[in-house]
Amino acid sequence: METTIVGKGLPKFDAWPKVKGNIVYADDYSLPGMLYAKVLRSKYPAANILDIDTSKARELPGVHAVLTAADVPNNNLRAKFGQSTDVGAQFEGLYRVLAEKKVRFMGEAIALVAAESEKLAEKAIDLIEVKYEQLPGVFDPMEALKPGAYCVGESNNNVVSRFKIRKGDVDAAFQKADVIVEKTYRVPYSDHAYLEPESGVAWIDENEVITLRVSTQVIEHFRTVAEVLGLAHNRVRVIGTWVGGGFGGKEDITVESFLALLTMKTRRPVKLTYTREESLLAHGKRHPFFIKHKLGATKDGKLVAAEAELTADAGAYIYLSPWVLLYSTVNAVGPYNIPNVKVDTVAVLTNNPFSSAFRGFGAIQPNFAYESQIDELGRILGLDPLTIRQKNCLQQGDALATGVIYDRHVALSDAAEKAWQALGPKRSSNNKHIKIGHGLAIGMMSYGRLTFLHDTSRSYVKLELDGSVLIRCGIPDLGAGQAQALCQIVGEELGVPQEKIMIYIADTALTPLAGTSTATRQLYMSGNATLKAVREVKDRLLVKAAVMLNTDQSNLKLVNEKIVDISGSGKQLPLQSVVGQCSTDGDEMYSEAQFNAPFTDVPISELITGHTFADFTFGAYAVAVAVDEETGAVTLEKVVACYDIGKAINVLNVEGQLEGGGVTSIGYALTENLIVEQGYLKSHSFAEYLLPTAADVPDIETILIESGSGIGPYGAKGVGEPSGNSMAPAITNAIRDAVGARVTSLPATAERVLFTMLSRN
Amino acid sequence: MNYQKEIVIKVQVNGKKLESIVSAEASLLEFLRQQGGIVDVKCGCSKGDCGTCTVVFEGQTVKSCLVLAAQANNKEVWTLKGLEEDPLMKKLQESFVRHGAVQCGFCIPGMLVTARGFLLNNPSPSRAAIREAISGNLCRCTGYQKIVDAVWAVVTEATAERA
Repeated sequence: METTIVGKGLPKFDAWPKVKGNIVYADDYSLPGMLYAKVLRSKYPAANILDIDTSKARELPGVHAVLTAADVPNNNLRAKFGQSTDVGAQFEGLYRVLAEKKVRFMGEAIALVAAESEKLAEKAIDLIEVKYEQLPGVFDPMEALKPGAYCVGESNNNVVSRFKIRKGDVDAAFQKADVIVEKTYRVPYSDHAYLEPESGVAWIDENEVITLRVSTQVIEHFRTVAEVLGLAHNRVRVIGTWVGGGFGGKEDITVESFLALLTMKTRRPVKLTYTREESLLAHGKRHPFFIKHKLGATKDGKLVAAEAELTADAGAYIYLSPWVLLYSTVNAVGPYNIPNVKVDTVAVLTNNPFSSAFRGFGAIQPNFAYESQIDELGRILGLDPLTIRQKNCLQQGDALATGVIYDRHVALSDAAEKAWQALGPKRSSNNKHIKIGHGLAIGMMSYGRLTFLHDTSRSYVKLELDGSVLIRCGIPDLGAGQAQALCQIVGEELGVPQEKIMIYIADTALTPLAGTSTATRQLYMSGNATLKAVREVKDRLLVKAAVMLNTDQSNLKLVNEKIVDISGSGKQLPLQSVVGQCSTDGDEMYSEAQFNAPFTDVPISELITGHTFADFTFGAYAVAVAVDEETGAVTLEKVVACYDIGKAINVLNVEGQLEGGGVTSIGYALTENLIVEQGYLKSHSFAEYLLPTAADVPDIETILIESGSGIGPYGAKGVGEPSGNSMAPAITNAIRDAVGARVTSLPATAERVLFTMLSRN
Repeated sequence: MNYQKEIVIKVQVNGKKLESIVSAEASLLEFLRQQGGIVDVKCGCSKGDCGTCTVVFEGQTVKSCLVLAAQANNKEVWTLKGLEEDPLMKKLQESFVRHGAVQCGFCIPGMLVTARGFLLNNPSPSRAAIREAISGNLCRCTGYQKIVDAVWAVVTEATAERA
């Protein structure tokens, strides 16, 4: 389909207020009489709370509230993560607002204070006396699985969930295989490191509605907050701010319940903003995984069997671990056509920081393992990285490991080839200590939520009398251009320029609920909802214009704010006059539409079969590295990304996702390591947790494939999370190519590369 | 020394005199955001690691969390908002918008102030030099590339104009 506005790299409408410094982020907002909140957090990873004495804190002048678990109307709830469908115990965990009786991790919230100033609130926190009895705890997921292990929570074992996939007969297939590669891999904790720490302001409005203006990916948490407070859902309103980065870290509740409790207690506006150190302590991390992976092939390089055992450290609370684990199960052996597959996965509680959503969501961890494995296999068989992948990667009509036949276009072979070829010939090094290597990796990742969550999105489109357009959609914008995409879709359909479109987002009281800005779902879900809404409005316009012009509706096109008869009559009407006529005739010039994702049943056993996702995005990274053999230091010389994104709605924003997701995964591959020792977090700042800087990374060359085969608007696929896949293994494969050392644990720091080189053979 | 001692400071911020009482330990960043209500300066870490609080202090590009408010007494500070009529800043803003350099936008005020300060002293840098110059300003969204593109475009356009 020809498009004129969709596809263009138009500047985002929110870019101007952002470069002018006009966006009012969560912490930039203040109200008269506002109090400041602080949180008391556990200093131990595992302990009983014997007593909390808040009397000194309460007596401090200027302190208006000191709250502990005893003050929370409903302190223990089932975590719903913004979904509106009950999915049962296997996929839901405990959401505990404040620690009671026992603390499970260092940094767990124990008490809240609201005071006249931040300094006073800090002082009051210091005056709260908590009597702890330290407990042994358990910090290694393998230990936590053993019978008799210390129990992190209240149940008698630490298993969060287990899943498995069974396809064919792996044992028989491995016996017949000519080559087997078997290795174990480890990936570490990592942090989202959005530059805006968690923040919000709460107040009680004139109708007694608890109102939260907060930086969040999920405004639907208003329901959980209402349940914490014991209020009806419509008594809590969440207004989402422009988010200063999320990446999954603002998917769980952050400051919302704390703020709501404090404003309810004090009846004053309250602000709570985490410090960076607190942010690192308080929010969920990307799951560390321990992965045993076995791959078998014939001597001509055809995969015959894959077996994977994945153990995920869920940390101290369940949060999104079951969902992440399910993603990792479905993605465990990658986008390969393998006749015999056996996958076993388990997520385990420990007294480490809790793990939850992070861009990649369980798909990125096994991707490091299976792309390392296929690379090793190719080396043993003398097949280059492209050939071994092209021989085995998923093609349209092949079955995924879960048995689902994937009947849409699969661009993997093409993407791998384009990325690999764009690297060009390997340069020769003029320094004998510097070795050059090339690496390739491919990957798959879903966009849209797990189909058993019965995901929906709603959007509202309205034409004003002057022909300008209003969109209302409860979509949180994290900076990826979520709102801009909707404006381009509406502009495309109505033939209205961008400057005549206004969008209001992320307000649970005033915008139709669009679901979470997570799971790479917003373009797909809210894009489709908005497209449906705008087409309903468009249809009514065309019906009216056909009467006015005395022509057939099929001859009419909306272009440049006119409705034009393209049959050759030359007749046309200004959009405004048709809107005016509709208004006079009482026709509705607005529509609110709902888009439903495909619905499936909730898996009832550990065995995962059939559809779990609506669709996948496929892509590849190819990288050239220079490795210093004397120090182990790795320099990226060239990076190419090639992804089938279905259709670019805004090409600049698509490139931005690939470049941003790519660089975040360069950090995952090379520098980022959140250090947790016996439950104690040792990375307290960005001086210890090292993000890539501009000087550390090269430009990424992006190659877009537009197959039009996605299930989003105009055939688009989601790209936000898939963009981070495959970078880490492409880099470690290139290191292997350069110096012969296979890094099996991330990050591949200079030390680790050097150590791996020294221990090769 | 009593770090909680309160002192009166007068600071010239974006061309206007701001007078306030601050504690001796307060940073310039805290003074700007809390006393001055100047919230285009962002706080991402308070430790000098992230660069979101970058301002021009006495002609130098600095991270305002690493300057004590007391040090700014009788001194001059410019933030992004104060530089909106600056011709080079205008070019950078326009270029950032056009090149898709802005995602969440939280790093952008600091990034723009850093980029402007750098180009004032280095009108014809290489792309690598631009990367080096902004390496004290973290960005988690863009991978830096479109930010570098945006700064680079201002450099090449200026070069073309001079030719």
